Amino acid sequence: MKILVPIKRVPDPTQKAKIKDGHIDLTGASWIVNTFDEYAIETALRLDENGAENARIPGTEIIVLSIGPDDAAKEIRTCLAMGADRAIHVVAKDDEIDSLTVVKVLQAVVAAEKPDLVIMGKQAVDGDANQVGQMLAGKLGWAQATFAASLELAADKKSVVVGREVDGGVEYKRVPVPSVITVDLRIVGAKAVKNGVTPETHSYPGEGARLPSLKGIMAAKKKPMAVAKLADYGAAAAPVITEKSVTLPPPRAAGQFVADIPTLVKKLADEAKVL
Amino acid sequence: MGNVLAFCEYSDGQLRTSALANLAFARQAAKFHAGDVIALLVGQGAAAAGAHAAKLAPKVITVEADGGELANYLAETYAPVVARLAKENGATVVCATATAVGKDLMPRVAALLDAGMASDIAKVEAKDTFVRPILAGNAYSTVQITTPIVVVTPRQSEFEPAAELGGAGTVTAAPAGTVDALGAKFERIDAQKSDRPELTDAKVVVSGGRGMKSGENFKVLEELADLLGAAMGASRAATDAGMVPADWQVGQTGKIVAPNLYFAVAISGAIQHLAGMKGSKTIVAINKNKDEPIFQVADYGVVMEWEKAIPELISEIKKLKASR
Repeated sequence: MKILVPIKRVPDPTQKAKIKDGHIDLTGASWIVNTFDEYAIETALRLDENGAENARIPGTEIIVLSIGPDDAAKEIRTCLAMGADRAIHVVAKDDEIDSLTVVKVLQAVVAAEKPDLVIMGKQAVDGDANQVGQMLAGKLGWAQATFAASLELAADKKSVVVGREVDGGVEYKRVPVPSVITVDLRIVGAKAVKNGVTPETHSYPGEGARLPSLKGIMAAKKKPMAVAKLADYGAAAAPVITEKSVTLPPPRAAGQFVADIPTLVKKLADEAKVL
Repeated sequence: MGNVLAFCEYSDGQLRTSALANLAFARQAAKFHAGDVIALLVGQGAAAAGAHAAKLAPKVITVEADGGELANYLAETYAPVVARLAKENGATVVCATATAVGKDLMPRVAALLDAGMASDIAKVEAKDTFVRPILAGNAYSTVQITTPIVVVTPRQSEFEPAAELGGAGTVTAAPAGTVDALGAKFERIDAQKSDRPELTDAKVVVSGGRGMKSGENFKVLEELADLLGAAMGASRAATDAGMVPADWQVGQTGKIVAPNLYFAVAISGAIQHLAGMKGSKTIVAINKNKDEPIFQVADYGVVMEWEKAIPELISEIKKLKASR
């Protein structure tokens, strides 16, 4: 299948948030591929390969796309090193774009590339907005399957059954090809993706996305990366959402260690009054 | 001026508790917009739940499809209905609680309306300005949206459920219009049946982590939960390991909870988990390792193995209950 995977670079979430001039201070921050987007690349690879033979299915293609500053090229290369085939880097500053701008670019890329599926993370772990996949599907007039925890490609390759974790259980939704799919963390489970080629007996390690191999890293240097501007896709740096300020939540009042269970129950009843 | 169209989920003729948080948000937004709150119920049984909605909103619109085309929720079929009714009813705010349905549906509605969207908000600052958590709840961002219509998903735990108004609102049925699923099809749902309260509604939550070691060991936590009328939760480590159902997961990528009392048992306290529970009023952490980060957010920490702590906790709570 031809799969488009939009990715975002995000500040490493293990860094402590700092504020400068009313916004998050990203000076000297280290950056990573958004975790859920990394899972989306992994999902695309699992759909397009024979996992048991560690070989790509002939005729498949995975295109990674990112909208971000010049530096984002590094995270895009990481995705190529994982196994994506080529990349498009739309250069824009983070404060020039919002969800609707990203969607506008993606819509134009979809029109030009005509992928069978668009697969992306359900949300970026910095903004936590969880919007772009659904908006893109709405704009394209395509079906959507969000929060995918499992995927099974139909034998005729014309539809996908997606297991979605919803409130109170797992919903199974069939979407046609083409569609937009956003992935949740369990999509990288050992047998979460079934493409009809990888034998049913094959288990992936199931501990997140694959790490780029040394061979992959070398190969990625030679893979094509097209560089473009927002205007090339009819988009402008005119966000409709602006961040006025950022604050850090007040720290929780210091807690206390209690020595034993009877003391805990007494404190919960008399002090916290929650029992 | 403009109205606030509040998409409300319901079941068995009643609005869901999660929808009451949406209506609470909608009332605040309606004041800023000098408009009315319109509750919107879409799908099978919408008309039947309309009477309950009318106790909570001055205007209620229900939409059902004659042929049952809207029987199962699909973003593809619901989003055009919501977008169309937003335009027909002069809405400047369209909202739904940030549940699995709200999160799936509302960005699609926003796209159809060319509206800017604020997800998972905690607070309304002005008619176009909202406060929302970012970075897994480690910071709060105040955002302003400049589109004529704004789409918002309020976070359930940040809005007290709306109280009944004392009168009855008007209920009107709107046509479904052309329903096109765009090739999408609801196949089935594997429901997790439980007599316990919903995780996001519960006053008390008992969560277990990797340190519980097996699903079998969660039984003792379930006994504690049932004693307290609590919902069961878990860390990502426990759900990933398959010890308990995935929808028990509390965290950035699971459920966001803010109960009066939260028990974190054998949970280390990864940022991911803390993002889902640090709004809880009282947090109790029980862990054998005193250096775990969970103790930094806990109001009460007990350094003890769960194998010893939980049975004793159950027996002490039983004693307390018996003494009252």
